[in-house]
Amino acid sequence: MKQITTPVSDEAIRDLKVGDSVALSGMMVTGRDAAHKWMIETFIKKTRPPQGDDLQVYEELKKLLNGSVIYHCGPVVSGLDTKEYKFIAAGPTTSIREEPYQADVMKHFNVKGVIGKGGMGAKTLKGCQETPGVYFHAIGGAASFLAQTVTKVHGVFKLDFGVPEAMWVIEVKEFPVVVTMDSHGGSQHTVVEEASKKALEGLLEKPY
Amino acid sequence: MQDLTNEILELIRRTSSSLPPDVEKRLRASIEKEEPGSAARGALETILKNIDLSRANSTPICQDTGTPIFQVHYPLGWSTIQLKAQIRAAMVEATKRSYMRPNAVDAIYDKNTGNNLGGDDFPYIHFEEVEGDELTIELMLKGGGCENVGRQYSLPENSLGAGRDLAGVRKVVLDAVQKAQGQGCAPGVLGVSIGGDRGSSYIKSKEVLFSEMGTRNTDPQLAELEERLTKESNEMGIGPMGFGGKTTVLDTKIVGLSRLPASYFVSVSYMCWAYRRRKLTVKGGEITYD
Repeated sequence: MKQITTPVSDEAIRDLKVGDSVALSGMMVTGRDAAHKWMIETFIKKTRPPQGDDLQVYEELKKLLNGSVIYHCGPVVSGLDTKEYKFIAAGPTTSIREEPYQADVMKHFNVKGVIGKGGMGAKTLKGCQETPGVYFHAIGGAASFLAQTVTKVHGVFKLDFGVPEAMWVIEVKEFPVVVTMDSHGGSQHTVVEEASKKALEGLLEKPY
Repeated sequence: MQDLTNEILELIRRTSSSLPPDVEKRLRASIEKEEPGSAARGALETILKNIDLSRANSTPICQDTGTPIFQVHYPLGWSTIQLKAQIRAAMVEATKRSYMRPNAVDAIYDKNTGNNLGGDDFPYIHFEEVEGDELTIELMLKGGGCENVGRQYSLPENSLGAGRDLAGVRKVVLDAVQKAQGQGCAPGVLGVSIGGDRGSSYIKSKEVLFSEMGTRNTDPQLAELEERLTKESNEMGIGPMGFGGKTTVLDTKIVGLSRLPASYFVSVSYMCWAYRRRKLTVKGGEITYD
């Protein structure tokens, strides 16, 4: 298993190939549907004027995301009353919903890795080649197990999006992932999808 | 009437944190089918570690604690108004205790209510009066990832050469599995309903998932189709998490309904491996959980 600590260099990213098992350590930020839409509309396409603490959060995010990782995760968090936050359950959510946004977010913030589940499409794969970056697949549903790798919750942005959609700044130790999309155009998801499509066609031909 | 709020809270805790033994057994058995050192096998190993850890710590198996689907079978003498209020109160407390993630989001204003109560229909509760003296409350937690890959077909589906018969049903179900890839958190379990209208068809495709793993339809031709769909789904090589591998579907359950002459719906509800379902029984003041 390869050890990677954020922030990650371009060289370390280019070294990763589809199929590599990786233990990730360091700082990362969670972000899913609301966060991606908000980042794109407010700071990248600028179709929505910044409101409230948007610009302040933007400055913080630029520092945190540079060379780092976005985790598609809507955690279960305790300590909401006392602000002594702790991740109780924190597995990945389905990434494909961020397909319209991900490549632009990666390039804008220099995000080197995206953790999620289910893989992403052609636009993100191209984004991985250009940034360069990789897609790290975590084990969907393994929420208690993955929460144990979160050693510290440093803070949270945009809690008004709701607990699952907020952007949590976390530190992890040896968070286990598999590279399923690399910076060289490789995607395990394309391989499995094409092979299964062929197998389906064979099955459809069979008599009942 | 007995107040069951605390018992329902315990039902929620068990459902969220302790996977039913029949599901765990299937997952354990599937490990041996995957190549040592493969990503597929690694995924299953992590899944099993997570199952143990969640149970030991009473933490959610999956952070997506899903749509709570309650089925209540009650004998004469119970008030459904009171039971509903108790279920809702238990849901609020379960959220405070982190057994449940706040999961009810207003679709128009994008606001999370923070307590898992959303309008009148979240959590979803189905009441049915039954003969006898036994009250049962069943709970299923169905995550959003697997819910999103569910599909409904209106046969004939010409693009697949699927006509209005069981041969056509087989084709569309296999199509749904292929389209889901790993995104429903494979290995999954398929709930398939044939017939009904669009609404009842989807509802029944979920209700059938309340039965135990390996429960076969009493109609031999449907039982055979259940077995065949599981086997053929696994021939497509999608594997755990869509990494590629032999274990894509753990079981298939089919229910046949009545349909209108004009309609032939097939609904496929995909249940992720985190197949959380538990039951609470009240009989003569005795409470049991399974």
